[in-house]
Amino acid sequence: MSKPVIATATLAGCFGCHMSLLDIDEKILDLIELVEFNKSPIDDIKNFTKKCDIGLIEGGCCNSENVHVLKDFRNNCKILISFGECAIMGGLPAFRNPIPIKECLEEAYLNGPSVKGHNESGILPNDDEIPMMLDKVYPCHEIVKIDYFLPGCPPSAELIWNALTALISGKEMNLPYEVIKFD
Amino acid sequence: MENDTVYSAISKYNQDKTRLMDILIEIQDNENYISDDAVRIISEKLELSIVDVEQTISFYHFLSKKSLGKYTIYLNNSVISNMNGRQIVAETFENEVGCKFGKVTEDGTIGLFDTACIGMSDQEPAALINGNVFIHLTPFRVKEIVRDIRAGKDVKNMHTSYLGGGQNKSEYLKSVVRNNIMRMGPVLSDDYNPGTIIKKKLVQLAPEQVIEEIKTSNIRGRGGAGFPTGFKWEFCRKAKGDKKYILCNADEGEPGTFKDRVILTERPKLLFEGMVIAGYSIGATEGILYLRYEYKYLKNYLENILEETRGKNLLGKDIGGIKGFNFDIRIQLGAGAYVCGEESALIESVEGKRGEPRDRPPFPVEKGYNDCPTVVNNVETLCSVVKIMLNGGEWYSSLGTHESTGTKVLSISGDCRYPGIYEVEWGLTISDILDMVGATGVQAIQVGGPSGSLIGPEEFERKLCYSDLVTGGSFIIFNYNRDLLKNVVLNFTDFFIEESCGSCVPCRAMTPLLKQKLEKILSGNGVANDLEDILKWGKLMKTNRCGLGHTAANPILTSLKNFRYLYEEKLERGKEYETGFNLEQAVSESCEATTRVPNF
Repeated sequence: MSKPVIATATLAGCFGCHMSLLDIDEKILDLIELVEFNKSPIDDIKNFTKKCDIGLIEGGCCNSENVHVLKDFRNNCKILISFGECAIMGGLPAFRNPIPIKECLEEAYLNGPSVKGHNESGILPNDDEIPMMLDKVYPCHEIVKIDYFLPGCPPSAELIWNALTALISGKEMNLPYEVIKFD
Repeated sequence: MENDTVYSAISKYNQDKTRLMDILIEIQDNENYISDDAVRIISEKLELSIVDVEQTISFYHFLSKKSLGKYTIYLNNSVISNMNGRQIVAETFENEVGCKFGKVTEDGTIGLFDTACIGMSDQEPAALINGNVFIHLTPFRVKEIVRDIRAGKDVKNMHTSYLGGGQNKSEYLKSVVRNNIMRMGPVLSDDYNPGTIIKKKLVQLAPEQVIEEIKTSNIRGRGGAGFPTGFKWEFCRKAKGDKKYILCNADEGEPGTFKDRVILTERPKLLFEGMVIAGYSIGATEGILYLRYEYKYLKNYLENILEETRGKNLLGKDIGGIKGFNFDIRIQLGAGAYVCGEESALIESVEGKRGEPRDRPPFPVEKGYNDCPTVVNNVETLCSVVKIMLNGGEWYSSLGTHESTGTKVLSISGDCRYPGIYEVEWGLTISDILDMVGATGVQAIQVGGPSGSLIGPEEFERKLCYSDLVTGGSFIIFNYNRDLLKNVVLNFTDFFIEESCGSCVPCRAMTPLLKQKLEKILSGNGVANDLEDILKWGKLMKTNRCGLGHTAANPILTSLKNFRYLYEEKLERGKEYETGFNLEQAVSESCEATTRVPNF
């Protein structure tokens, strides 16, 4: 049997979850033995070159680009996993959700302490190349179907390792209390 | 804001921190808001932290730190109000006043606000303006009211119809509210001479004998939970405590209920006598009537009756000539919070705090108001008690069914010919009741208010009793022209989201999530899985601390159980998963803000 193929992506996140993935230390060598990576910031493959078995999504969706990437992942991965707080619930980026997007943009580009007086023409970025902002930050499962959720900010390396190996080997997942408690 | 108002309110209540509610209400009523200054002064004088004062203000619907306008208009947004034409009334208000709901006019004269059911379901749409009730609103009437306000007219003199019947037209009330008593039984009948039990019976009976009589009657609490009243009294009598209290729950907040309002208007002496009997039985010296803010218009009237009652020696010292039996009653106003109808939340509120339910045990009969043994009884229960003492427990238990004895006062509204108050024996079927009130072509009935169940025709042979269909008295009838999910279930769910105290996570967070599911289904993006999610997630509501939390998802859960086809016919077929996410819609706001054309 060929090795399972994994793809990963960071949407509206901080890359912390990917850092945590790398935090499995020398087990990364085992992981390479077990799986093959496709589209992912880890190997810098930009586009899917084949159908994948597992997709790991970090971060929620804050703009149109995030939505496209997420839908692309859903179309190309058999199993999609939200890993980390932002993918599951929106996380820190979702702090803007109670504030209308117009006010957010004005604060960021016109009125904030570091920009006030420096944007004389009062332009809010509007080039067609820039992704369009969504009205709020959406958790991934509000855009596409998500099969599994790995909680944490970030999920611990152990949790990610346990989840991936369980999924690949078809065994029950080992979830000791320590890896999912956060207080 | 005049700080004089603040100081005088504080000294009026002797700087007593347990009277914080009264102090805040007094300031709110006089100044139409509570300023930072007021909060600071109160916290200093009452030796409370600023946060304690602020959290009490923020908890209650009718208290505010922002000015609510010289004339504050609260228009009811309940299902029944909507069914009776609220929308056009609300639009007329907005047009005439010149501001939207939730706002105050720029000159600070008029504030327009929504409010939950104000207990006028048989005469909707209704509004509270500076505490006065306006019923049967129409666009014509709204224009008139706004014109009167602009002319500076006193709210009390704005009525254009006869005053309401019965005591509504009495000197201290002068209200246009209608009683609509359609059927009287032992509780509502007017053949009783107040004071008879105190003067003729109580003098001859030991407290234990009174409790025995109540136990014989087998009466259960009429607020909805149905705890046997005699046992409650006995537990409280036996509990150790220097002081004991009788609290009467007149927080009638369940949408569609208005029976207590009518009892308080027409039979207050019966109620106060019931409180005296309860006080005598458990050994209490103080009674408190917790009156919901929406019924503030009754306060002066009730206080006047209390004064009259004291004059007849039916309250006060050595009541009815019983040496050493001292008992008096005061009225505590609420400030707008449904959850305060839950007895432990009510106690917190009477102590001047946020109305958050307590953990139990200990139960109020052991540790209630000011940590003393306390009985909390519903208005109707306490009135029934007088009639039980008059005619005997045996007589009472001969009414109704074997395990649901006596009568129940029902508040019936919605699609029927004769909405109003009906006192009936327990044991009637739903069909009987529909025939009684002249309702035909009935699609569904909400029994027991939003916290109860939505039932359909296949259940109309069920009986009204504790072992079958229990109700605190609210009956809302819907005919086939009503969209149950969109206009009923969604409204009730919004009500619970608004009224959650926020203490337990499932109540605070799950109710909005379930509402999102319902909205998703209503928007045509629902799939079969969503129904399974609702059922699965709904089970979590049991883990909430109080009755409100337990039942907050009932509008969705009971309608899904009894009207599943209404949900199913809206589902997308053949799809396993659908989020309903719409990218075009989600980017439209930011594209507009940045003046760019959406490009997909």
